[in-house]
Amino acid sequence: MAFEKDLNLDATELRLGLPGSSDESAKNQTPATLRSNNKRALPEESMSSNATASKNCDQETAPLPKAQVVGWPPIRSYRKNNLQPKKSEGEISGIYVKVSMDGAPYLRKIDLKVFKGYPELLKALEEMFKFKAGEYSEREGYNGSEFVPTYEDKDGDWMLVGDVPWEMFTNSCKKLRIMKGSEARGLGCV
Amino acid sequence: MNMNYFPDEVVEHVFDFITSHKDRNSVSLVCKSWYKIERYSRQRVFIGNCYSITPQRLIARFPGLKSLTLKGKPHFADFNLVPHDWGGFVYPWIKALAKSRIGLEELRLKRMVVSDDSLELLSKSFPNFKSLVLVSCEGFTTDGVAAIAANCRFLRELDLQENEVEDHRGHWLSCFPESCTSLVSLNFACLKGEINLASLERLVARSPNLKSLRLNRVVPLDTLQKLLMRAPQLVDLGIGSYVDDPSSEVFSKLKAVIQLCNSIRSLSGFLEVAPCCMSAIYPICENLTFLNLSYAPGLQGNDLTKLVQHCRKLQRLWILDCIGDKGLGVVASTCKELQELRVFPSDPFDAENAAVTEEGLVLISAGCPKLNSLLYFCHQMTNAALITVAKNCTNFIRFRLCILDPVKADPVTNQPLDEGFGAIVRSNKSLKRLSLSGLLTDQVFLYIGMYAKKLEMLSIAFAGDSNKGMLYVLNGCKKLRKLEIRDCPFGDVALLQDMGKYETMRSLWMSSCEVTLGACKTLAKKMPSLNVEIINESEKLESEQLELSFDDRLLVDKMYLYRTLVGDRKDAPEYVWLL
Repeated sequence: MAFEKDLNLDATELRLGLPGSSDESAKNQTPATLRSNNKRALPEESMSSNATASKNCDQETAPLPKAQVVGWPPIRSYRKNNLQPKKSEGEISGIYVKVSMDGAPYLRKIDLKVFKGYPELLKALEEMFKFKAGEYSEREGYNGSEFVPTYEDKDGDWMLVGDVPWEMFTNSCKKLRIMKGSEARGLGCV
Repeated sequence: MNMNYFPDEVVEHVFDFITSHKDRNSVSLVCKSWYKIERYSRQRVFIGNCYSITPQRLIARFPGLKSLTLKGKPHFADFNLVPHDWGGFVYPWIKALAKSRIGLEELRLKRMVVSDDSLELLSKSFPNFKSLVLVSCEGFTTDGVAAIAANCRFLRELDLQENEVEDHRGHWLSCFPESCTSLVSLNFACLKGEINLASLERLVARSPNLKSLRLNRVVPLDTLQKLLMRAPQLVDLGIGSYVDDPSSEVFSKLKAVIQLCNSIRSLSGFLEVAPCCMSAIYPICENLTFLNLSYAPGLQGNDLTKLVQHCRKLQRLWILDCIGDKGLGVVASTCKELQELRVFPSDPFDAENAAVTEEGLVLISAGCPKLNSLLYFCHQMTNAALITVAKNCTNFIRFRLCILDPVKADPVTNQPLDEGFGAIVRSNKSLKRLSLSGLLTDQVFLYIGMYAKKLEMLSIAFAGDSNKGMLYVLNGCKKLRKLEIRDCPFGDVALLQDMGKYETMRSLWMSSCEVTLGACKTLAKKMPSLNVEIINESEKLESEQLELSFDDRLLVDKMYLYRTLVGDRKDAPEYVWLL
């Protein structure tokens, strides 16, 4: 029930009984209702900012999230702001690192902040460069593939992706390199 | 024998044993003599609505006041339904108290606007000031916090919970003088900025009485380890950043020192966390009674489940919904002492990935016989599940259910959830607080009016069909104190049926309902003991709208009314109309 801003009072039937009057039949007819704004937005209406974010992300296959009603769900703003620091910080300052793959003609760049952990990162890399990384284990690294994801850390050393906690990784990763073939074997992989 | 034959001091001594606000209020109403004795001996006062009384009258009545609790904005302000400058300013209170001879020692504020000036004035006006607790407040920066640290020589408690604080990265923590050794409780988890870690270590080292310490996210794991070395007597710990390499030396030291911290009963935080480090925490879990992981999005469902399995003595659990229904099943089979459960959504706007459903709640209700307080955000709920929960649990004091889709029906039967909630109120006779959601008709309100006889606070959204719904509640719930309604088809007839009812309540909030300006004016005119406020936030007040805004037929967007002893407040902004 959306109400136009300029109300056409002539078209409506005005029952101007006093508020609280016992004339129930008058109340049962829809009185001329005037709203100063259209705040009662139903979920199907307005678009949400989350919708645009998910549109831009290539990998997003989920349908558009439902539009947001003001003040719903009833979660304190403090909690809302603190639950997803990764998402909001990513909009302002992501952690962009170059990604190279041996044999590929040019590099790509990705924002590490949009991923929650290694599985998501690996999946994104696999899709970006069209390869499969193999099974990761702490002892043996990546098994079953000639492609191995590695990264250069703050100290300039080349490390295997996945060995350290995710937060530590995002804080120390300077660039990513997907090694291929014989070079990869040097890191102790099959 | 009539107590009035006893000298005043004896009566006063008897009153010393009467500590609850309700009881002391009752005592003061018995007779003039008791009123007088009670008011001179009263030290703790709770004011649920800061606009119901003035600071001057408070000071006049209770000259012995030591501890004051004040609440400001209406509850729905938490969800952005109230503009920031609506009101709830603490400054006039502090100014008045400072001018008086009141020896204030404790100030607890909720949903109030607190300026740096207020904090500074507070810190300089009361030499015995001991305890400051700010919950969901705003308007101050770390400069204000620094003033408290610097000037309150006997400070025992500085507890900042979920406040929006502008962080100036000043060295507020370093403002605690070396002579300050009295700290019992320090909670700065809501501050976002850097602090001087060395100062923190020194502060903890010179605070032998420190029992509660909640850190913010910039405090790293190696500092945590050093702090625990200094304060193994902690009872309540909030961890900031918990990220390290499990094979590091620092981590081994942490594991060792945690073994010594066998007084910890309450654990929270993990604002940044590496799941692989959680195993170090397991030794503390055995004795935990309160675990709050609701700000730890870095922990996945499995991590949560593994942790919870160690927490056999848990009484209160706050957790994110990524624990899943299965995880809640683990909680149900492990935490037999559980009284309070809060499950928050990890992604409030993601309707697709159902994290917890009615299944998790049913498992909890079956496994935790002592459950009395629930806050549950979920994607769906069924009548059958609620009826089962009502059979299993009859001790609920607080029952708040939030289905993320506001008008969702029972997905199995497509029926409204009237019967489910009806069952809850019927079997939980001690219910004091209830929040409803999902598809609901007037019928649920009929049940609430009939059965929820002890209900004090009710929150309703997108529910009901007609005025009857609201009337069932107003007529039936004799103990109702706070009623907050949004987006329901309740209008003037319901509002004006029993105007005297609102004098028995603290407040009523109605937004996006069908109440007209005329009805509000009528109410305000007939009930001088109520303040009726209309919040009109139209950003663009075009001239036609201005004309309309004085039309009594206008549907009011937000109305907030509350009983008061002191008439209209003088600090309302332009867009708040006091009728």
